[in-house]
Amino acid sequence: MNKIYPSAEAAVADIGDGATIMIGGFGLCGIPEDLIAATVARGVKNLHTISNNMGVDHVGMGLMLEAGMIASHIGSYVGENKLLEEMVLGGRLDLTLVPQGTLAERIRAGGAGIPAFFTPAGAGTIVAEGKEIREFKGRSYVMEEELTADFSLVKAWRGDRMGNLVYRKTARNFNPVMATAGRCTIAEVEEIVEPGELDPDSIATPGIYVHRVVRWTGYEKRIERRTVRGGGQ
Amino acid sequence: MDPREIIARRAARELQDGFYVNLGIGIPTMVANYVPEGMEVILQSENGMLGVGPYPVAGTEDADLVNAGKETVTEIPGTAYFSSADSFAMIRGGHVNLSILGALQVDRQGNLANWMVPGKMLKGMGGAMDLVASARRVIVAMEHATKSGAPKILDACTLPLTGSKVVDTIITELAVMRVTVEGLVLEELGPDATVEQVQRLTGTALIVAESVRRMF
Repeated sequence: MNKIYPSAEAAVADIGDGATIMIGGFGLCGIPEDLIAATVARGVKNLHTISNNMGVDHVGMGLMLEAGMIASHIGSYVGENKLLEEMVLGGRLDLTLVPQGTLAERIRAGGAGIPAFFTPAGAGTIVAEGKEIREFKGRSYVMEEELTADFSLVKAWRGDRMGNLVYRKTARNFNPVMATAGRCTIAEVEEIVEPGELDPDSIATPGIYVHRVVRWTGYEKRIERRTVRGGGQ
Repeated sequence: MDPREIIARRAARELQDGFYVNLGIGIPTMVANYVPEGMEVILQSENGMLGVGPYPVAGTEDADLVNAGKETVTEIPGTAYFSSADSFAMIRGGHVNLSILGALQVDRQGNLANWMVPGKMLKGMGGAMDLVASARRVIVAMEHATKSGAPKILDACTLPLTGSKVVDTIITELAVMRVTVEGLVLEELGPDATVEQVQRLTGTALIVAESVRRMF
């Protein structure tokens, strides 16, 4: 078994027009930058993206947005992106905003074979409009459906040829759940190690979920808000 | 004292030893600066971290270590990392003792609006809807009125809601108010604040507690 691909370009070569793609990361933390760049370079159209955010101008998913390749997006927070707002208001992009925990759980459900579930998040708000509401123990819950994707692009710290992945600090975020919900999951890792080198007790994503592994090109990870002790940014 | 400092200091007195707490962006984040000496409070960040430490010393920032406001932070001894799904499972499951967050509007029933102003820039609710629906206790910590003096505490929110009947307590620089079935009960006054002043800047009739105290 060898899931290692020679490059990000090779790993995304079969992403076609109209594909649904999940992309890991929280803000710019833990995003698969090389896989995003390779997808942008393919020039495909009408992608349906699922990701907590939408990058920022000229970075991360902001590049996909600027390339005009996204037809619809499901996320929880897109406040850092002016172009997105223009596209949504101009009817060029269909945006669905979902509570962050509901987004995470819909993805988890998709990977775990649970077609729908009930959550209290959003009950009594516009998020619940048009959805089934049910009472449990005297409280209102909103039915939310699973999310899956044709491709999940995730970022991990270390991985092996079997697809086992380990994440680093808060760069984990949405990556492990998205890895479970992609029919083809592609992992970009900082370091490829031999099977057995990752502590089996510490593997956050078991290789069964991962179909392709590529090593990153060693870019400098962007910090969205640099804050340091004693105040100041 | 700066109004934001009054709010953060007063909100910090709601903390208890051993609490797991999620702090929102802005004034709520400042609450961490006033945790009483000797008290151990663990901060939860919904992007997947328990045990958020202070901002890093300049030069030691780590792009892989940020809070939910995407600010660089540090870990403490005992920090744990987990996925977004696990993070919201602990929130939804009611394991977070306290959520302190800001608001655009709150009303007498404890309805909260803090994510959307129609006609203004689209942002999204992030984790706020999940937090207010499921934290064991929800405190709104905000300035009492808008900069132009318009009330933010109302009979009924006019902005799209973040949560319905979710707020337990409202802490401002002028007052501490508890949400009850009868309405908002004014329990404490800020430094120099008067009952008349608080009522004038509030868009709903307050029930004044028999023994209104000073915050400090």
